[in-house]
Amino acid sequence: VENVRLLDRLSSRKAALGTLYLTATHVIFVENGSETRKETWVLHSQISSVEKQATTATGCPLLIRCKNFQVIQLVIPQERDCHDVYISLIRLARPVKYEELYCFSFNPKLDKEEREQGWKLVNLNEEYNRMGVPNNYWQISDVNRDYGVCDSYPTEVYVPKSATAHIIVGSSKFRSRRRFPALSYYCKDNNASICRSSQPLSGFSARCLEDEQMLQAIRKANPGSDFLYVVDTRPKLNAMANRAAGKGYENEDNYSNIKFQFIGIENIHVMRNSLQKMLEVCELKSPSMSDFLWGLENSGWLKHIKAIMDAGIFIAKAVAEEGVSVLVHCSDGWDRTAQVCSVASLLLDPYYRTMKGFMVLIEKDWVSFGHKFNHRYGNLDGDPKEISPVIDQFIECVWQLMEQFPCAFEFNERFLIHIQHHIYSCQFGNFLCNSQKERRELKIQERTYSLWAHLWKHRADYLNPLYRSDHSQTQGTLRPQMAPCNFLYKFWSGMYNRFEKGLHPRQSVTDYLMAVKEESQQLEEELEVLRERLANLQKSQLNDNKVKSKQDDRSKHLGLSTSNNSLANTPQEYSNDLKSFPSRSPSQGDEEDSALILTQDNLKSSDPDLSANSDQESGVEDLSCRSPSGGGCLPSEDSGKDSDEAVFLAA
Amino acid sequence: MLRSSQPLTGPNRKRCREDEMLLGTVLDEGERGFIIDTRSAQAAKQARMMGGGTEPKSAYLQWKRLHRPLERGRLLQESFIKLVEACNDTSINMDRWLSRLESCRWLSHVKAALSTACLAAQCMDREEASVLVHGAEGTDTTLLVTALAQVILDPSCRTLMGFQGLLEREWVEAGHPFHLRCARSAYSHARLKQEAPLFLLFLDCVWQLSRQFPFSLEFSERLLLTLFDNAYASAYGTFLCNNEKERRVRGQGRAQPSWCLCKVKENTHSLWAWLNQPGEKKKYLNPLYSHNALVIWPSVEPQSIQLWQGLFFRWIRSSQYLDEAWAEIQRLAGGS
Repeated sequence: VENVRLLDRLSSRKAALGTLYLTATHVIFVENGSETRKETWVLHSQISSVEKQATTATGCPLLIRCKNFQVIQLVIPQERDCHDVYISLIRLARPVKYEELYCFSFNPKLDKEEREQGWKLVNLNEEYNRMGVPNNYWQISDVNRDYGVCDSYPTEVYVPKSATAHIIVGSSKFRSRRRFPALSYYCKDNNASICRSSQPLSGFSARCLEDEQMLQAIRKANPGSDFLYVVDTRPKLNAMANRAAGKGYENEDNYSNIKFQFIGIENIHVMRNSLQKMLEVCELKSPSMSDFLWGLENSGWLKHIKAIMDAGIFIAKAVAEEGVSVLVHCSDGWDRTAQVCSVASLLLDPYYRTMKGFMVLIEKDWVSFGHKFNHRYGNLDGDPKEISPVIDQFIECVWQLMEQFPCAFEFNERFLIHIQHHIYSCQFGNFLCNSQKERRELKIQERTYSLWAHLWKHRADYLNPLYRSDHSQTQGTLRPQMAPCNFLYKFWSGMYNRFEKGLHPRQSVTDYLMAVKEESQQLEEELEVLRERLANLQKSQLNDNKVKSKQDDRSKHLGLSTSNNSLANTPQEYSNDLKSFPSRSPSQGDEEDSALILTQDNLKSSDPDLSANSDQESGVEDLSCRSPSGGGCLPSEDSGKDSDEAVFLAA
Repeated sequence: MLRSSQPLTGPNRKRCREDEMLLGTVLDEGERGFIIDTRSAQAAKQARMMGGGTEPKSAYLQWKRLHRPLERGRLLQESFIKLVEACNDTSINMDRWLSRLESCRWLSHVKAALSTACLAAQCMDREEASVLVHGAEGTDTTLLVTALAQVILDPSCRTLMGFQGLLEREWVEAGHPFHLRCARSAYSHARLKQEAPLFLLFLDCVWQLSRQFPFSLEFSERLLLTLFDNAYASAYGTFLCNNEKERRVRGQGRAQPSWCLCKVKENTHSLWAWLNQPGEKKKYLNPLYSHNALVIWPSVEPQSIQLWQGLFFRWIRSSQYLDEAWAEIQRLAGGS
């Protein structure tokens, strides 16, 4: 469709005029422009909702909201065309078959072996071994080898040595969705473990010997403690209500030596609504500080994040400080349980704070344990009530921790944002379907590519320059301050306002420091080489020449150009409601925006997903990073007077 | 950019030839200027009853008046006190924290101050027009706006020396009454009438800029905290008294408080002299600094304005991990 306008939601600068394309996998807007054809690509999988708004004199507005929080406002001249686009997008955003998804057509031009290798990058067997199992207390069980016991669990689970197949099967019959207690994390220092399950089908008075034996087995697998924590991550009221439906929670009287604990985290419907409300706040036009703070509080979002974090902290403390094992469950054991187990693991074990370790963590607690990616993130068209930002919340918990402990994580914010992006993008096969069983049936590994391999290939972009494996922050358990710590939870504007350029610092400290680090390393290597050469020279020349040794010159001048300052930013609208003299003639385009065109050069250091020759996801992203050593730099702005129109005074 | 106090128009709409001529000389034929009045239109109008007022349009034809009300005085001090109380309140849970923060209004004041300073900067940089800033007295919100606008506009004000010069010029010599304004701070029950944290508000705004432009200020947060400390209690004479006159006048008569130090320059040491010693100075430098010749335009969206944790939680929670991070940044970028 031609003559479509793309509006900038934040600023009322002139809209970009261009052509809208719909392909099998993407929506693409290409701006009409002389030299620069700025393109905005959006994957259909990312589309959360499409809204047709009332036709105005200028055309028919269409609002596309994405799961990665991008919001695209288009204005299509003809109502008929707008309607066509609307209907098409609705259909395209709600695929019916898996085969419609992008991952089945995405071609990164790797051969079969490379594809396989990619899938092997994360190996859960190796991970359990790294933890220290199997050992005297824990063994691997293949009781679920054909998914016969629990179809949402993996084929291989770790259980206490004393848990026989009979006990496992019996316990599984007493658990919602047959998700019996299984090992999530083992702490080899003190044998404490984190196990996970779903709620018991206890109703008001039902008992199950095998389930009680299962919990006993878990307790016994930790000789250092004489009791076991059972943590129910639901609010007490919800758990009690479940009893009326024949489910519920463990009765301390029936299970020997357990200490039961509720840590109330709300359910998926509350979370879905919470996110919705928060996004509405983000969509406010020129909100006041009051509007924003009230809106944010009303959404309850940060409160929920804190609840998840607090649960993780409780469990980590139990394991690390008390040496007590914990069994975690919620209702079905695939949402809150996953969140809480992974937060706890992250706090406990520095390995999960490395890039590889984090991938392993997600693979373990989310993918293998049957988190319902398809239902929660809408790979396919389904029940809207199943949609909920569960993993988004976990990812945000990680970000909040990164803000509190800037030296503790090997990866940076961009890593988290890209993972979130790809959970929804369906460009890779890792997060499809609802269980390992379904993925194997669809032969995902033979037909799609692994995100982990892709991220690993570009890992240089995802590193945190402040991370040092020998730093005190990276050792051992992380202990976030518990109270008073309300103020430690910040609004994650990097995620929820990801595509609003004006909101973010133009200069990325992370990227600058990474470049400094790299350049330092290069220079160190060069220095080593020179030193060796010098030593050889000295040896070979014996006493002939007096060679002055070079100074250990860690000079400040690493040859980094400070072109990070060369991007002028533009004033936003600081005041909307003034009449004044007519402002100076508005410019015909944004010079500084021309720097944000997705050319091959500036993509390599910013968003590797958006390589121009293969598949662009979406345009104009966080190109705030620079390659300070001058290579692949964005064209620099020479003068302070870029020719933006003065927007602050309304005509 | 010019600053002044309010014109004494009064209820009878007096005019003053000299004042009109003075402002007239600033603008060339056909040029326009902006007057940014830091009072609301209503407050400015009411001021007339007390002998003050605004520049009548007919007499200042080339000047366009814009009202950008900024809080000051008792209300600003209350805002500050409430915020400090909220930060200290260990009983608030997450349910109520944001609304409590909102009810203090401090962040709204930061947003308003930044917006107004940006407006002044925009008038100059984008409209290439001269700007006159004034409130009522010209000693509070006026200075906040002019000083902040210069940090935004002028790269030399972002250097360590330049910033000190800015403070000396736009706050100390311009007559911000430090002695009255920075008397007891937020914990005191005294609630003095003349007390108001304008200078802290300015420092907070500068901190916001440093967060949004981490490479563009030569000085670090530590300098801002030190300045905050010294404004209230100092071993140095820089922030003593209320104006240059008081800093020079002998203690007798003139209704000066007898303990107000006189001849500040002779009897005290300068804060700047101490800060600029090589050993001290390096503590206040920003290792990421790199000269940015351009104007820095901050975002004043609520998401972009954050609570200055380094100040408001300074004594409440450990900054160990953030300090370690900062040390790491210095190690990497500090040019060992």
